[in-house]
Amino acid sequence: MSEPLVVMKDVNKHYGDLHVLKDINLEIGKGEVVILIGPSGSGKSTLCRTINRLETFEAGSITIDGKELPQEGKALADLRADVGMVFQSFNLFAHKTILENVTLGPIKVRKTPKAQAEKRAMELLERVGVAHQAAKYPAQLSGGQQQRVAIARSLAMDPKVMLFDEPTSALDPEMINEVLDVMVTLAKEGMTMVVVTHEMGFARKAAQRVVFLADGQIVEQATPEEFFTNPKSDRAKDFLGKILTH
Amino acid sequence: MGELLKNYDVWGAIWTTIQLAVLSAIGATVIGTIVAIMRVSPVAVLRGLGTSYVNIFRNTPLTVLLVMSVLGLAFILGLSFSDDFARNAYWWAVAMLSLYHAAFICEALRSGINTVPAGQAEAARSIGLTFSQSLSQVLLPQAFRGAVAPLVSTYIALIKNTTVAAVIGVTDIAGLLQEITENEGAQLGIFFMVAMVFVVLTLPLGVFGTSLSRRLAVKR
Repeated sequence: MSEPLVVMKDVNKHYGDLHVLKDINLEIGKGEVVILIGPSGSGKSTLCRTINRLETFEAGSITIDGKELPQEGKALADLRADVGMVFQSFNLFAHKTILENVTLGPIKVRKTPKAQAEKRAMELLERVGVAHQAAKYPAQLSGGQQQRVAIARSLAMDPKVMLFDEPTSALDPEMINEVLDVMVTLAKEGMTMVVVTHEMGFARKAAQRVVFLADGQIVEQATPEEFFTNPKSDRAKDFLGKILTH
Repeated sequence: MGELLKNYDVWGAIWTTIQLAVLSAIGATVIGTIVAIMRVSPVAVLRGLGTSYVNIFRNTPLTVLLVMSVLGLAFILGLSFSDDFARNAYWWAVAMLSLYHAAFICEALRSGINTVPAGQAEAARSIGLTFSQSLSQVLLPQAFRGAVAPLVSTYIALIKNTTVAAVIGVTDIAGLLQEITENEGAQLGIFFMVAMVFVVLTLPLGVFGTSLSRRLAVKR
């Protein structure tokens, strides 16, 4: 494995009495695509969100590209700029056009000149196939289109790593593939990705590793093929049995 | 009626009312926005200060604030805006109207901020915007749109509340009403005229607010 880009060491988090992340140790290499999978409430989304500190944690450390995750303020904002995030509910800025959604970060955070930011944004929108919608507002687009714009918005910051928090869970079935196609292409181009998803087709096609979580702990790690065909732990067998029977 | 227009400075009084309303609206908007930002900031001390501000000014009668300003702050403590009694009263009225209504502006804005889904702030932070950039670029523009209706109500209340300034001797339209009534006796015509002045000032604001909130509504 190449030099680890994201290193999580003994990360622990509580919600009140609930211990949601227990001694998480995880290294993600440059260019690696890691799938986080697990039953509802296993902590997979929380784990994904701690990587850019949208969720705080009490103990342990997370470093990204050798830099420790700062607590707050400007330093944290700077680090977040290097970590792309794609949400389940898209979260496009509702009062801005598609183009403005993609250029906001580069203009305000990277101080890119407006014309240059717009040119690059159009290239990215072209790439995810929604360039012709650039002047519209998010609410005028379908879910699949909005999610592809959200991916373009993250890419516009030239992130070192991208986090996907259930990117297809809020989509109608016929729109899932258009988003997954974009993600597969990204993976093939060498983007480092952490993806919370239950899309096994995507995992098989694009991921190097599946990390299975249950009750806030990492229970099992394996290649997608190995994990889906021959899971080791009882928790994983039980979980896969439940999602595969239908 | 024509006699009154000739003997009293009716237009001057209306102009004073408009000045009070506009200056106080600007003051209240500036202070109210700052207090609203304090109330949603991640710093607990600022949140506490913001909450205290709202609780103090929202729960104190405007009349008490105004009387306290000229009699308490200006007369006893010597905090005057001007040596001229009328000017001093005028600026204290602007100051107190601003401070008082800022509490309501703050709460209107905060209710607007609460209409913005949490995911908008998370997305703003995750592309690397700082707290103040998230506020100015993403949260406040959407919050203002969500807050148009309560804001308009606050501005209408502010316009009508300028009449309280007559209590400390400001010669606005209400002050004039008082003066005329004292000198000439109560007349239905003059009451009606004063009421009409406020209808003319506030009604268009309400209509404008309704169309604005419809036009600016953020589609989700």
